[in-house]
Amino acid sequence: MSRRPSLSALAWLLLGAAYFVVPLAATAEFSLKGGLSRYSFAAYSSFLDDPQFRETFWLSFKLALETIAISLVLFVPTVYYVHLKLPRLRPVMIALSLLPFVVPPVVLVVGLLGVYRGAPEWFIAKPEGFLVAGYVVLSFPFIYWSLDAGFRAIDVHTLTEASQSLGAGWRTTLARVILPNIRAAALAGAFLTLAVVMGEFTMANLALFNTFPVYINYIGETKAYPAAALSIVSFAITWIAMLGLLFVGRGRGRRVAQAESAVMT
Amino acid sequence: MAHVELRELRRTFGPVIALHGIDIALESGEFLSLLGPSGCGKTTALRLIAGFDRPDSGRILVDGKDMTRVPPSRRDMGMVFQAYSLFPNMSAEQNVEFGLRIRGLGRPERAAKVAELLELVGLGHAGKRYPHQLSGGMQQRVALARALAIEPRVLLLDEPLSALDAKVRVQLREEIRRIQLELGITTIYVTHDQEEALSISDRVAVLSQGRIEQIGTPVEIYGAPETPFVAEFIGTMNRLEATVTDPSTGEVDYGGTLLRVDVVRGRPAGEHVLVLVRPETIELEQGANGSAPNGSLAVEIVSHTFLGAVTRLRLSCPAGELTADVSTTRALAIPVGTQAHASFPPATARLLTLEQPASAARDQDGR
Repeated sequence: MSRRPSLSALAWLLLGAAYFVVPLAATAEFSLKGGLSRYSFAAYSSFLDDPQFRETFWLSFKLALETIAISLVLFVPTVYYVHLKLPRLRPVMIALSLLPFVVPPVVLVVGLLGVYRGAPEWFIAKPEGFLVAGYVVLSFPFIYWSLDAGFRAIDVHTLTEASQSLGAGWRTTLARVILPNIRAAALAGAFLTLAVVMGEFTMANLALFNTFPVYINYIGETKAYPAAALSIVSFAITWIAMLGLLFVGRGRGRRVAQAESAVMT
Repeated sequence: MAHVELRELRRTFGPVIALHGIDIALESGEFLSLLGPSGCGKTTALRLIAGFDRPDSGRILVDGKDMTRVPPSRRDMGMVFQAYSLFPNMSAEQNVEFGLRIRGLGRPERAAKVAELLELVGLGHAGKRYPHQLSGGMQQRVALARALAIEPRVLLLDEPLSALDAKVRVQLREEIRRIQLELGITTIYVTHDQEEALSISDRVAVLSQGRIEQIGTPVEIYGAPETPFVAEFIGTMNRLEATVTDPSTGEVDYGGTLLRVDVVRGRPAGEHVLVLVRPETIELEQGANGSAPNGSLAVEIVSHTFLGAVTRLRLSCPAGELTADVSTTRALAIPVGTQAHASFPPATARLLTLEQPASAARDQDGR
């Protein structure tokens, strides 16, 4: 039975929405004005035609994909193993996952530069090397918590043992039984990582790499209207990633609910 | 040579001894149930056999071959779990097919085998359904088909019915037995439900605190318990602590009343014994207050518990309390408060010596 929301609930909803929507709308309106008396997309075309926009955007996107790939390869087997064999290590994993929030990015960059001192140039001087190493650390909490939730939602022990009793080895079990059942969690972690990397400024700026957020910052310091337009585009990218997350999560939630209702009957 | 042998299998978890070195031998095609309360070591034993855990000592032999250190994926043992264990990302057909794909069977053979097994468990129509579209009972049937698909040397079932409702449980356990007999597969079944174990097994091993209390056929386990634990655990049992008075007639003194028990014959006079009497063997006759003929106990009906066709009566007598199961129509004639005489046929009672019950003796040896 559907209930109509009360007036006060609607008022609070509108107030909350206004908190997010008004600044966005104002920024969008500002970006479309472009200092002229009529609205135009001049501010948007000014950076869309800029090769630096495409280069930095593509670079950040590549770094995000690389970070996602390395993180999943590293952490899916790790979290699986912790859930299966070393559940006592879970508090340690949780503590480790909080470190990137506790340690400021400035300190992290200085620390990483110290750690990688003496590393080959193709690694330390390239964003695909040094920066991705830092991004894997930064995105660890997001990947870890997503995967942890995914592994907690399935019966890892029983599925693993059932697979093994049917003759499957570890690799087959991971690839054909475990991974398909944590796919939504892995995708959720991947989207969050995408959002983190596409918006990470401090580390790239301090390490002198010209990524998309560094480019946004540069535009913001030099051109007012294109900066507003770029902010809107940046927002849109993050929102698309979030919508993807929401979509994947909804599909997963429906499956879990169906499974639960089947068990109840 | 036995088909499956457990020799001196021992497993500890820190200070807790889960298995005290158990020995079990199964013949080919036999259905053995490991029965006992929670924490008795039955699931530990099954996990050792499946290879999911390693024993501290002892050996597991299948057809004389030592499997103790063989990984679970190479043991060729099918297993049905207590928890729903179907792979959620696969349909019922794909679940059953999984083990066949691992073994590299061709598509036509796989399809034929899957269809045959789903038909065997009565789910020929549900092959395309995913686990979340199947009820608990259907999921366990698919899990059984999946375990059987690989034609395992041994089928292991770890309380596969415990999550199901009572009616489905009874139906499915009968089907498990039917399929086991049809395929002639050696089966080890873990359960804490005595009715389940007694109704479908060739033999039952009763476990308590990591030790086997008794192994025998269901009739032996129920009718001739060898230890006080088995007597208590299997069914309901009246325990009468008595003293042998006349070894020649099998007469014992129970709280001042002389009763006849055949198995007491030949025991020394004065020996303290535990006479075990099943509730369904107790006969009741209405009688006058406080008096009873020889060989009967003067009792009062204290309560009725309706169990359907049978009603369980609690009886009070000077030496303690007894339980009797009588037909419900008979129970209506002897309401609560009725004075009666209770007796049992001398041949039906079992006996345990009080001074040294079997499990106590073993406990002492173990220390």
